Amino acid sequence: MVGGYIIYKSIMVVLIFLIGLGIAAYSTYAERKVAAFLQDRLGPNKAGPYGLLQPIADGVKMFMKEEIIPDVSNKFLFILGPCIAMLTACMTGVVIPWSTPIIFNGVSYPLQITDINIGILYVFGVVSIGVYGIMIGGWASNNKFSLLGALRASAQMISYEIAMGLSIIALVMMTGTISLGEIAAQQSGGNWNIFYQPLGFLIFITCAFAECNRTPFDLPECETELVGGYHTEYSSMKLGFYLFAEYVNMFISSAIISTLYFGGYNMPFIGRFVTDPNMLSILGVVFLFGKIFFFIFFFMWIRWTIPRFRYDQLMHLGWKIFIPLSILNIILTGAGILFFNK
Amino acid sequence: MLTNRSKVVVNKQMTFMERIYLPAVIGGLITTMKHFFRKKTTIDYPKEKREISENYRGQHVLKVDEKGAERCTACGLCAVSCPAEAITMTAAERKKGEENKYREEKYAAVYEINMLRCIFCGLCEEACPKEAIFLTDRLVPVSGNRDEMIYGKDKLTEKSFNQVDISKRQTPEVLAFKQQKQYQHNK
Ligand code: SF4
Ligand code: SF4
Repeated sequence: MVGGYIIYKSIMVVLIFLIGLGIAAYSTYAERKVAAFLQDRLGPNKAGPYGLLQPIADGVKMFMKEEIIPDVSNKFLFILGPCIAMLTACMTGVVIPWSTPIIFNGVSYPLQITDINIGILYVFGVVSIGVYGIMIGGWASNNKFSLLGALRASAQMISYEIAMGLSIIALVMMTGTISLGEIAAQQSGGNWNIFYQPLGFLIFITCAFAECNRTPFDLPECETELVGGYHTEYSSMKLGFYLFAEYVNMFISSAIISTLYFGGYNMPFIGRFVTDPNMLSILGVVFLFGKIFFFIFFFMWIRWTIPRFRYDQLMHLGWKIFIPLSILNIILTGAGILFFNK
Repeated sequence: MLTNRSKVVVNKQMTFMERIYLPAVIGGLITTMKHFFRKKTTIDYPKEKREISENYRGQHVLKVDEKGAERCTACGLCAVSCPAEAITMTAAERKKGEENKYREEKYAAVYEINMLRCIFCGLCEEACPKEAIFLTDRLVPVSGNRDEMIYGKDKLTEKSFNQVDISKRQTPEVLAFKQQKQYQHNK
C-alpha cells in the first residue's frame, strides 16, 4: 500500500511537472501568436503546421547557443540564480487541486499531489524564494544593469507580495481555511469566490501580474533602460531557464487564480448532466485547464494592451493604493461576515 | 501656429473615473480584442504575392527585335545615367554574317547589371535611345551569393520566341514620341 502510494504520487509529480513544462513551452508560442494577432500580424508560421513546432526550434536554439559566464561574475551564484528561479517556479504546482479524487477499484486517488493544510502559505513561501533567483542572478553577474534590474525586481515583488497577502486574508476570513483543496471544494455549484470578493480579486490579479514580472509591471526586464534587466549577462539555456520560469510562473498563477476565485475545477450546473463521480472528476480537470488557459491568454492580452508603468508609479500603486485598498477590503469582508453572519 | 495644430498644455486634474484607471484598461482590452479578429495585414510572401502595379519596375530585360537581333548598341548611355553605377558593359564590333544576331554595327559583348547595386529607378530605360532595355514586373530572386546577383546577358536578354511584354511600361507619352518621323529608324 505504501509502495503503491509512493508510485502514485511519483507519477503525479512527474506528470504535473511535464504538463507544466509543456504548457510553458507552448505559452511562448501562444504569446507570440497572441502578440501577432493583436497587432494584425500572423506570428510564427514556418516551423511545422501553423508554426506549432516553434517552441522546439526555440529550445534547440537555446541549447546550441554558446554558454558565456562572465569572468568577473561569481560563478557559483551565477549558475545558482536560474536554478532557483526554475525550481521555485516548478515547486508551487504540488498544492493545486486539479480535480476531485478519482475512485478506481474502491481506492480513491486524489488529483492533487498534496493537500497540505497551509496550501496558500506554502505558495507564498515558495514564490518569495523566487525573488532570490532573480536577486542572486542579477547580483552575481557583476553588471550594473543586471543589478539594477534585480533590485527593481526584488523591490517590486516584495511590495506587491504585501498587497497580495492582504487580499488573500480577506478570502481566508470568508472561507475559513487556507488549504487550497478545501477552498476549491467550497466553491462548488457556481458559488465562486469572485462574487464575494471582487475587489480582492482585482488586487490579487494585479499583484499576480507584478509577481510574474509581466507587463505592465515588467520593469525588471525593461529593455529601453536596463538592456535586458537581471538576465543581461545570461546566455544559452541559463537565459532560457529565466524566460521559461516566467512562463511556468504564469501557468501556476493562472491555476491559483482559477482555484482561489473562479471555482477551480467546479463548473455550475454540470452535476445535472453528469452523475458518475469519475466522469465529473475528469471534466473538472478539463474545466480547470479551460480557466487556466483563459487566464494565460488574459496575461498575454494585458501585456499587449497596457504600456509599462514608470518605476515611481509602480511603487506608488503598490504602497499607497493597493495596500490601503486591501486593508479596506479586509474591513469590508469582516463587516460583511458580521452582518450576514455567514 | 501655421498649421493650426498646436495644442496648449492643460494641467487638468484627472477625474475620479480616470484615476481608478480601470475603464481605460477595459477600453484598451476591447480595442486590442477587435484587432485580434481583424484581417491580418501580413503578406505571407512565398505563398502569397503582393499585388504589384502595372508598370512595376522590377528585373530588367534586354530586348531583341522581331527578327531576334539584340537591339542594344553598347552606347553606354544607360551606364552613364545610372545613379547607382550598376551597369557595366564591353562593346564589340559586329562581324559579317552576324546581322541576324545584332541589330546595329556595334553591340555589347558583355552587359552586366549588378542587382545588388541597382535601385530600380528606371533611368537606364529612360536613357536608352534604342529601346533596348526595359524594367519588367518580374522580381529579382534572392540569392545567398553576391556573385550570382550580377546579371549578365544570359539572364537579361530575352529569347526571341518568348518576348517579355513591356507594353505596360510604355506610357502614352512614349507611344506619342514613337510616332514622330525623325525617330522612325528606331522602329
Ligand atoms: S534601374 Fe536605375 S539603378 Fe537600376 S540599372 Fe537602371 S539606371 Fe541603374
Ligand atoms: S541598353 Fe540602350 S542605353 Fe544601354 S548601352 Fe544598350 S543601347 Fe545604349
